[in-house]
Amino acid sequence: MFRLFYKIFSTPNNVLSIDRLDCAQKEVTAVGEQIREKVKKLFRGSLAIRQVDAGSTNAAEHELTALSNAFYDAERFGIHFVASPRHADMLLVTGPVTRNMKNALIKAYEATPDPKIVVALGDDAIDGGIFKGSYAVYDGVNNVIPVDYEIPGDPPSPKIILCHLLKILGAIDAKQTKG
Amino acid sequence: MAEIIIWIIQILILPALSPLCVGVIRKIKARFQNRQGASIFQPYNDLWKFFHKDEVISRDASWIFRFAPFAIFGATLAVSASIPIFASFLSNNFTGDILVVIYILAIGTFFLALAGLDVGGAFGGFGASREMTVSSLAEGGLLFSLLVLSFVSGTTNLFSISGTIDSLSLASLLPVVLAFLGFFIVLLAETARFPFDNPSTHLELTMIHEAMIIEYSGKRLALIEWASANKLLIFITLGSSLFFPMGIAHSMGFIAIAAAILFYLLKVLVFCVVIAIIESSIAKLRLFRLPDLLLFSFILSIIAIGLTI
Amino acid sequence: MFEAMLSQSTFFAIMVLFGLGAITALFFRKDDKLANLASSFFAILGSLLGIAYSIAAINSDAAIFYEIKSSFPLLSFNFNIDHLSAFFIFIISLISLFCSIYGIGYIKHYYGKYNLGTLGFFYNFFILGMLCVVTASNILFFLMVWEIMSLASYFLVIYERNNQDNIKAGLLYFIMTHIGTAFIILALLLMHKFTGSFDFFTIKESVGSIPPLVKDIIFILAFIGFGTKAGIIPMHIWLPAAHPAAPSHVSALMSGVMIKTGIYMMIRIFFDIFTDAPLWWGAVVLIVGSASALLGVLYAMAENDLKKLLAYSSIENIGIILLGLGSALSFAALEMKSFAALALIASLFHILNHSVFKSLLFLGAGSVISKTHTRNIEEYGGLIKHMPQTALFFLAGSMAISALPPFNGFFSEWMTFQALFEGMKSMDSAYQWIFVFSAGSLVLTSGLALATFVKAFGITFLARPRSEGALHAKESSLSLRLGMAALAALCLLFGLSSGFLSGIFNNIVRGIKSFGDYDPALVVSQNHLISVNGGFSSISAPAVFAVLILAGIAIFAIIRFVSKEQKVKIGATWDCGTNLEPRMEITSTGFSRTLIMIFKGILKPSKQAGIEYRDANMRYFPKSRTMVFEISDVYKKYFYKPIHNFVLKISERVKKIQSGNVNAYVLYIFMALILLLFFAV
Repeated sequence: MFRLFYKIFSTPNNVLSIDRLDCAQKEVTAVGEQIREKVKKLFRGSLAIRQVDAGSTNAAEHELTALSNAFYDAERFGIHFVASPRHADMLLVTGPVTRNMKNALIKAYEATPDPKIVVALGDDAIDGGIFKGSYAVYDGVNNVIPVDYEIPGDPPSPKIILCHLLKILGAIDAKQTKG
Repeated sequence: MAEIIIWIIQILILPALSPLCVGVIRKIKARFQNRQGASIFQPYNDLWKFFHKDEVISRDASWIFRFAPFAIFGATLAVSASIPIFASFLSNNFTGDILVVIYILAIGTFFLALAGLDVGGAFGGFGASREMTVSSLAEGGLLFSLLVLSFVSGTTNLFSISGTIDSLSLASLLPVVLAFLGFFIVLLAETARFPFDNPSTHLELTMIHEAMIIEYSGKRLALIEWASANKLLIFITLGSSLFFPMGIAHSMGFIAIAAAILFYLLKVLVFCVVIAIIESSIAKLRLFRLPDLLLFSFILSIIAIGLTI
Repeated sequence: MFEAMLSQSTFFAIMVLFGLGAITALFFRKDDKLANLASSFFAILGSLLGIAYSIAAINSDAAIFYEIKSSFPLLSFNFNIDHLSAFFIFIISLISLFCSIYGIGYIKHYYGKYNLGTLGFFYNFFILGMLCVVTASNILFFLMVWEIMSLASYFLVIYERNNQDNIKAGLLYFIMTHIGTAFIILALLLMHKFTGSFDFFTIKESVGSIPPLVKDIIFILAFIGFGTKAGIIPMHIWLPAAHPAAPSHVSALMSGVMIKTGIYMMIRIFFDIFTDAPLWWGAVVLIVGSASALLGVLYAMAENDLKKLLAYSSIENIGIILLGLGSALSFAALEMKSFAALALIASLFHILNHSVFKSLLFLGAGSVISKTHTRNIEEYGGLIKHMPQTALFFLAGSMAISALPPFNGFFSEWMTFQALFEGMKSMDSAYQWIFVFSAGSLVLTSGLALATFVKAFGITFLARPRSEGALHAKESSLSLRLGMAALAALCLLFGLSSGFLSGIFNNIVRGIKSFGDYDPALVVSQNHLISVNGGFSSISAPAVFAVLILAGIAIFAIIRFVSKEQKVKIGATWDCGTNLEPRMEITSTGFSRTLIMIFKGILKPSKQAGIEYRDANMRYFPKSRTMVFEISDVYKKYFYKPIHNFVLKISERVKKIQSGNVNAYVLYIFMALILLLFFAV
């Protein structure tokens, strides 16, 4: 273990640190700060997301995993991924809902407590994408469970996911102040 | 009158501070992973949000599932009234005994395991089985490490131990250090930290504590998360007030108590940093390696007892 | 008021009541209902009278001694009721009261199948035998009633005679209890030989005339003999076979009370009759106690038959009682009377507590088994919805046996721990380590007992039903629930009044000859604060209870206030999207598998896999797989089978004497004559 620490501290600082005011990082941080404000206002400071894979190609999951890495770091905005739909506020569904995953998706939807939001991530979750019309899929999540918001892209990059998330939170905010 | 105020502070400070502890550990782990991580007050936000969410309860669950979070949280509250946090002059001859504290915490484990079994899902059952395995083997190390302290200081009352022990005197330095090592291993085991359990895993097959609470939602989930944070802070408090009672208030006095609270916060911070460093450095062990580690803690404590009697 | 109860007529009235119960049950054997009513009625009356009498006897300080001469010259029916005997009479009467109340409803499922008259007859004689065992004061009378107790319980074990397993269990019990009786007879006869009398009082007075070597031999013989009845390792093999075979209210009596009679005689002989025990006696008892506790709970953890699990758990608790007893012996040998009294009080308290919660658990198991018609835990599940009150009482019993505050098991284990801690501090080197390892085994045992009863309660009552029997179970009838409710309430009550009970136990211990007058190490103050050894430890039972209740109420109120607008919806169990069937719940085997693998050096588990293919020649597609998980029985293999084989070998050799040849017999007579002539001259 001491060798590990020695290696850590003696490595030259060629790692992309979050303090480097890289342009892309500035945009991410700007979007992220707004997300954090909205999450504080609408979800009491903590947004728990449960990701459901309804038969996707895992491309969208890779992009979502990138959201938790050291560059994007969604956790600092108050967003975190949870292990069970019972702990979740938002269900993030990917994949065109294959026939085998239909019941599982419905069960996950019913297992989530209110108030909840369902977001379809990726083109194939919105309307089937490149699998549209196949005998094995249901052509989009909104044919199986009611979808509130959509994030387009095949797959959307983490920055785009964050920007769309901000738009979604803005829409929820507007709906709440109106209603 | 002043004593009543101090008792109220004593009972309230532990539940109030425990989510902050969890937040600090998560922040330090995030820093080790070269990212910023959530703010240290994020667990408070999580708890507050869970209290305001609806619940979904399985139709196979019985009253034990509904009652267990209250029992678990109640057990941690009862223990927080029995352990010395910042004041050793408070006298609690009624419930401040080592065995009482250990067994009241066991009530919490009992009901958590039953709640995991109650819903009849696949995860709760094996979570309960693993939890009972780890907890039954950890009890020995816990009792014996605290017993070393009671032999050194001549009493099993926790408040009196923190008041009278001169723990780092030359005669008792070695046994206390060995006992502390044994105690620290049990701390990691009982609070579901590395290398026993990963508190932030999503893989059900690797869960121990998380598997039992996978069915909970809403306010009951908030109570259980808060209770496990309480348990973490209880064990840290036991470690800091009994093994390193420097700065603890021995008599009533505003300055003494304020200084004692400050010292307490400092010691808790040091413990959190050490736990976070350990969590970031080592991997989780497989289940069948854990009894070896717990037996190691037990043997350390027995050697320490052998040195004191 | 109680003093009026304390007369010879009351005591014999108790005996007469139980005798009447036996005889009227036999008289009414043709009519099931009347037999049930008669035996239960007299048993309940006798128990009530017994409770009142024993409380009066404990409160008074008078020496109670009844003597009835008989026509045989050496046998005289002597009864001596000092505080220790009165305490055991209290335990016997208390448990038999609730078991009889439970039995009124429980026996109903034997109507038409077996003869209830004989059940009532043997049941009442069993209790009568136990009452006489704890009050007998003459060696021959004691052996007589010991045998009555064993025989009556044997007939009760084989009561459900249509099941071959019960007959085998009964035979094993019969043999083991007579092996124990043989050791006891040897011990008692040795005592008679050196003191010249059969009366316990005379033996007590002339105990000095027994040489120390003989005392050691008597100790070993008595320990093995009474230990066989109590169920110490390795003489325990009859317990897991016999206790499940008997009807449940009898199992509760056997496990809760009968095995304690062995402990009673151990206390009587080691503390009352022999007053100067050497130090190694205590060490032996401690080592056997730790082994029994640890091995008992390990086998309980590995067990899938609910009643066998409870029987192994009884072995564990006898181990804990022996830990207290061993500490008391060690302290008494070093003349540390206060600590010896502390240890003996811990032991006596655990005897009382164990009888209450173990009978509660056996009665609960009996309700469950009679409604689901199976003893296999793997076929239970979800019973809390069909039998909610039974589940609640079983939960109270499980919490009590796992030593969780505020129930009574916690306080007696606390006192046992205090005795062991004192031993760790005050003994010198080798004995210190025996105490350290005893304390280690006690804490490991109590952790494993918690795991065992999470398994027993959780798999029996929680989750979904795993079989048809569990699906159609119904709640038990009123008398069953009444018996269990009273015992559960007693668990809580004895826990809360630990301070008060400790004062009574101090009184009881003073009456034992080894102790006399001493400075008590266990002191109870006015506000129920029990403190040990001048403040080394202290605890207050009502305070622990109050703190827990207050914490629970406070949280409940706060949460009600904070989350009052949140709704609760009922949905399906989260199962990651699969179709959850009862087969996917954790099984009892799976629950304990981790611990069994951890302790595989002791338990020696074995796994056998079998596979059946759809086409036996082309072995590609399996039709079914079988896995058999087993725990090997080390005692039968390494202890009893060698002894068995040895005895058989010797018998084969001796058989050759009976050759059938008349000439050989004439030779034997001739040789015997020559030998006698030599000795005469």
